[in-house]
Amino acid sequence: MSKKIGDVILDLQNISLRFGGVKALTDISFDVRQHEIRAIIGPNGAGKSSMLNVINGVYHPQEGKIFWHGKERKKMEPHMAAQQNIARTFQNIALFKGMSVLDNIMTGRITKMKANFIEHALWFGRARREELEHRKKVEEVIDFLEIQHIRKTPVGRLPYGLQKRVELGRALAAEPSMLLLDEPMAGMNVEEKQDMCRFILDVNDQFGTTIVLIEHDMGVVMDISDRVVVLDYGKKIGDGVPDVVKNSEEVIKAYLGAGH
Amino acid sequence: MPAEAKFDSVDGLHTFPRLLFNHAKVRADAPAMREKYLGIWQTWSWADVAERVRALACGLSALGFKRGDNLAIIGDNRPHLYMMMSAAQCLGGVPVPLYQDAVANEMLFVLQDAGIRFAVVEDQEQVDKMLEIMGEVGTLEQIIYDDPRGMRHYNQPCLHDIHELMEMGRIHDRNHPDFLNEEVIKGHFDDISVMLYTSGTTGKPKGVCQTHSAFIAAAQGGVEVDHLGADGDILSYLPMAWVGDHLFSYAQALVAGFTINCPESGETVMTDLREIGPTCYFAPPRVFESLLTSVMIRMEDAGKIKQKLFHHFMAVAKRCGSDILDGKAVGFGDRFQYWLGNLLVYGPLRNVLGMSRIRVAYTAGAAIGPELFRFYRSMGVNLKQFYGQTETCAYVCLQPDGQIKFDSVGQPAPGVEIRIADNGEVLVKGPMLLKEYYKRPDATAESINADGYFMTGDAGFLDEDGHLKIIDRAKDVGKLKNGAMFAPNYIENKLKFFQHIKEVVCFGHDREMVCAFVNIDVGAVGNWAERRGISYSGYADLAGKPEVLELIRECVEQINADLVHDTMVADSQIHRFLVLHKELDPDDDELTRTRKVRRNFVAEKYKVLIDALYEGKANQFIETEVKFEDGRRGKVSADLKIVDAKHFPIVKKAA
Repeated sequence: MSKKIGDVILDLQNISLRFGGVKALTDISFDVRQHEIRAIIGPNGAGKSSMLNVINGVYHPQEGKIFWHGKERKKMEPHMAAQQNIARTFQNIALFKGMSVLDNIMTGRITKMKANFIEHALWFGRARREELEHRKKVEEVIDFLEIQHIRKTPVGRLPYGLQKRVELGRALAAEPSMLLLDEPMAGMNVEEKQDMCRFILDVNDQFGTTIVLIEHDMGVVMDISDRVVVLDYGKKIGDGVPDVVKNSEEVIKAYLGAGH
Repeated sequence: MPAEAKFDSVDGLHTFPRLLFNHAKVRADAPAMREKYLGIWQTWSWADVAERVRALACGLSALGFKRGDNLAIIGDNRPHLYMMMSAAQCLGGVPVPLYQDAVANEMLFVLQDAGIRFAVVEDQEQVDKMLEIMGEVGTLEQIIYDDPRGMRHYNQPCLHDIHELMEMGRIHDRNHPDFLNEEVIKGHFDDISVMLYTSGTTGKPKGVCQTHSAFIAAAQGGVEVDHLGADGDILSYLPMAWVGDHLFSYAQALVAGFTINCPESGETVMTDLREIGPTCYFAPPRVFESLLTSVMIRMEDAGKIKQKLFHHFMAVAKRCGSDILDGKAVGFGDRFQYWLGNLLVYGPLRNVLGMSRIRVAYTAGAAIGPELFRFYRSMGVNLKQFYGQTETCAYVCLQPDGQIKFDSVGQPAPGVEIRIADNGEVLVKGPMLLKEYYKRPDATAESINADGYFMTGDAGFLDEDGHLKIIDRAKDVGKLKNGAMFAPNYIENKLKFFQHIKEVVCFGHDREMVCAFVNIDVGAVGNWAERRGISYSGYADLAGKPEVLELIRECVEQINADLVHDTMVADSQIHRFLVLHKELDPDDDELTRTRKVRRNFVAEKYKVLIDALYEGKANQFIETEVKFEDGRRGKVSADLKIVDAKHFPIVKKAA
């Protein structure tokens, strides 16, 4: 199968991020192209999640520039990222445990809702029309992720692997153009990982969504990514297609060398 | 054939396509099919279905599908796949449904044997399987898929979206408006309507060729006995390749004109069942059993008052429920209590199970425990057993209302003759018999005797009321060393009625005693273990726990105590047994796709274990290869303990 990888849509130049005296990221540059699957890997504490948070607008780097679709991005808040069609999932599942799968995924549609609070409260006019539309979209996501059987189940009662899938569902409901996945396969068994891989590839393939993911499982990363960035101690030590990265000496040292 | 006279006169409605187009005329707007899609039940009326079948048939013809061609159908129960069956039949072709969960290599044989040129499949998964073996099948030319998901990058010219096929067909139909009607009129009731492959407990699968008249006869008989009408609903969720689904969801639906409902996915069947509330429901015994188990587990967590109510009224139901259902005389007090119980317990319970509207529920395929059977009947669900094979359109015996016996499969169905051969084998004759095995005149000749009776291979007898009782497969019935009869299925079924035991394989032919392999039911035993604070990591671990072995030993000893009273089988008490470290699985060829044990295969595969049982060893190490659903292989190993069960001295009754 071949897919068309497009132009650079996100370009990070010389990013440095400090928390007080701690350097989380030092002078990191890389870019993300449209429709690609871009992995960020590295040992614990390498700065992977920080990197994702920079893209998402949670952290603001002290130095460096970020270009989004060719335009330099000024200081940005996470909700603005959502409006720019960037959705994400979290390392620790961040769902509403007491709410059903359906309702959780519905929250992913919030930025698309136009009716005001009163209309929603009275379920009247625009709100009603909108909800039917959103519900249809949510049902498509449920169908896509094959979770029809747990539609009405409270999320807290689901096994971990399924909760992760629901979280992906919520991100997908926002119809993002870029999806940030923070360790989507952490703590999963082989079968769950396979399922998740398939869904990530399907999302990328079916909707053309650009995907940036952090992952520890090397097998998974090398299998599904188009390009990989390797971080170590907040510095970039590798960047390229999986085969190149796999054979880079520095990368091997970071993963296998003493000190970790 | 007697069928000939019968169907020639009935208004010309003697093939399935004719039945379909008649429904489209008579009840055009009534629902014919429903499917839950994107959370909403979508409905197709008979007119919609007929229009689509027409389009599909014309599309198939435009692609080059000809009279006499076989059409492979592979997938879950989807309306479009059922429509494809009719479409093939319109053109005088033969639909060949395959078990959708089989891996590509298992499908290879059937595809080759049936000389498949056209395959209709559900989705990408099945398309991949077809592409994988296309080269080996040789004859396969065109693949049509229903669900376009994931198919964007497939550009093989042999692949067609079913919706495109329909469009193609509509154009063809406009250009040749008389084409399809002529094709349908050419269809004859003695043509083969469907080819169902036997599961192949022994040897290679055989294609059973059934005619239109055979399946229509079987469907009409069933519809008459159980009064199924056009206002009914059925949930179609069992494999389309299985004769029962073909009888209920296809033949009976087309004969009676009721609605078939396709669930959203395999996992949502129980929810969908509740939403649809079918009037006719079929499930194998294990489904009824797991439903009951889940009710009982939830009852244990209910409040004290609810528990009291439940147990009180279940006792009432046990006392008089079946009699009330059968219309027998029951005293006023019990009737009142039952009425109250219906209000408070049985009604709500039926509702929770999705059985509120059920007029008749069927079970077959394996023996059902008397307790289980009684439970459903006593709470007002008209549960019945029936008996039949692929070769007889699953239509040999039915239990008429009011004459239900727990241990028999009922009386011969209308039009069916039954005879018991000298060796105890059940022989049947009637309009529903197979025409032949596909390309296997030798097998056809072997299975039908000179008088035109089909030899079922089951051993059984007719009781004083003419009800048929099945003991075992005739070829499985063996002899112990001392000459006593050994009917393994009979013993295994007795054990399987315990909720903790899922599967049993007994050995004893030509041996001095009976020994057994046991598979625990991981749901029930897991729950049991949890309640006792026994922790376990997985199936193998749970199966090896000494407490679990003790639990199973109690079950076995109870059966031994039971067997000793029955002079015929008193020698078949189980002396030693072991609990297997893995579940017997169709993926490992240990069970057939319909989940029957392949006895000889199991015996060969686990020969070390059998030897250990008979050599008196206390434990035995074993390593087995397992196949996962995706075709990968792995190994599991365990050191199995062998348990001795208490058996009882046989008291010879004075003659």
